[in-house]
Amino acid sequence: MKTKNEIIKTLVTKRCGVIKPDSIEEFIGAGGYQAVVKAFSMQPEQIIGEVKASNLKGRGGAGFPTGIKMDAVLKAEGSPKYIICNADEGEPGNFKDKYLMENDPHQLLEGMIICAYAVGASHGYIYIRGEYGDSMTALEKAIADAKANGWLGANIKGSGFSFDVMVHSGAGSYVCGEEFALIESLEGKPGRPRNKPPYPTTAGFRDKPTMISNVETFSNIGIIVNGGGEAFKAIGTETSAGTRLISLSGNVKNPGVYEVPFGVTLADIVYGLGEGAPDGQKIKMVQLGGASGPIIPPELLDIRLDYKDLADEGISIGSGAVIVIDERFGMMEILERIMKFFCRESCGKCTPCREGNRQILNILNKFIACKASEEDIKNLTSICNVMCLTSFCGLGQAAPTAVLTTLKYFGGEYTGRLAAKS
Amino acid sequence: MQLLQIIEKHGRQPEDLISILLDYQACKTDNYISEDDVKMLARQLNLTESRIYSVLTFYTLLSTKPRGKYVVQVCNDVPCYVKGSVNVLKILEKTLGIQEGETTADGVFTLEFTSCLGCCDKAPAMRIGGQLYGNLDEGKIGEIIAKYRGQ
Repeated sequence: MKTKNEIIKTLVTKRCGVIKPDSIEEFIGAGGYQAVVKAFSMQPEQIIGEVKASNLKGRGGAGFPTGIKMDAVLKAEGSPKYIICNADEGEPGNFKDKYLMENDPHQLLEGMIICAYAVGASHGYIYIRGEYGDSMTALEKAIADAKANGWLGANIKGSGFSFDVMVHSGAGSYVCGEEFALIESLEGKPGRPRNKPPYPTTAGFRDKPTMISNVETFSNIGIIVNGGGEAFKAIGTETSAGTRLISLSGNVKNPGVYEVPFGVTLADIVYGLGEGAPDGQKIKMVQLGGASGPIIPPELLDIRLDYKDLADEGISIGSGAVIVIDERFGMMEILERIMKFFCRESCGKCTPCREGNRQILNILNKFIACKASEEDIKNLTSICNVMCLTSFCGLGQAAPTAVLTTLKYFGGEYTGRLAAKS
Repeated sequence: MQLLQIIEKHGRQPEDLISILLDYQACKTDNYISEDDVKMLARQLNLTESRIYSVLTFYTLLSTKPRGKYVVQVCNDVPCYVKGSVNVLKILEKTLGIQEGETTADGVFTLEFTSCLGCCDKAPAMRIGGQLYGNLDEGKIGEIIAKYRGQ
């Protein structure tokens, strides 16, 4: 078993808990905003080249290559262009963006300034979920201090480049983590997703080219500019570059936010960092990514944290949540809770998601009551697959993941609850 | 008056509607946007009432029903559940004498479920009037509620 120090690698969190988050002086003293100065000496294409070379993928969950996104916004026609930070961390079990915003808010601003310069954006928004009051306070203070010190506003540090950032509060809606739903919300409307394409890179906020990325993604940009794309790519594995912030919760002795390089195993995270289940309990299942993520048995925890290795098993870790559940809890009650969540949060725009979540819950209730039939297993599988294939946005496509993965890995929990044949 | 000040702060564009609603609701002791408020907002922002209701009824942090001075929100998601959030709800229901979704007769507390509050490492958790409380047990919940009662 590896020690904690062998598992952890602090790159994005290197200043967290070290500097006072509300002190711009301490941030600058610890090397902060150096990357902005360096970026201003580079051509936008050079910066994007470094981000492409780094192989950085979006940390919000979808894993889209950040350099390609930046390139698309740079080349898109239309003005002004916008930078949006998606800080609508609504996926249950995730709290790493909150950690970054409240412990190193200037690092996020640094990344946004560099991206704005690289893609030619003049305005930025940080859309923070309404439940995160402390994160909003931290970012508002950081923005005010950055402005007062010339790191935001007109003609930043004499570069001729001007950029402003505003904090925008969400109002309680899970679907607003979806990029177009978030943009609709930012425009003062209910958060319902739009049809794609066009993508936000060409027609996003106010129908203008928009780079929208996650807090952790922006927080990596300064590191890439400072150290170069190749050095960043060398961290992690061949197929996954850099580190991931893991939000570890549930039945573990040491829950919390941990930064680990790609390549560690899920067991390193659950047992090495979390020290396993408390009170002598045994781990029954682990949900990855949050409510929309797969539920896997402990036997699968030897998988490496790596985009390809996880995809080969047909799973993903989404935005980095690891929720550990021990044997005191029944799988059906966990699934019921998850599906109630999706019934509540479905925006109702498309039928597969609006009706599918309710039907899944209805069928699960039959299993809970031990009144299900073989037919119900078939129907459950069919509804889940239809939702994955035909839902309008990521919410409905991912909502059945927990049910589908438990059908695969915990089939006995379903068949054991079929009604006794008379 | 308050609403006009809030509108001046955020602006009169349709884009500013959600920020205005959140700020205005936060400064009302009954924690909701009334029919009269909607009529006034519609006039001030030159929007239809239905446009305002489309936003008001979409977002869970906005309410069209009167609520208590303090909204007590209990996390309802898996990370809190496996750390005992069902008990948190039961303790709160007992302490406040109301069920989830109800408001105390004196209008001080409303008890609600909420989605993940982002402090799963301190589960189980709740939020009262924007303030987060984690690592809850029966004694701690009693103390916190007593503190708000005294205010």
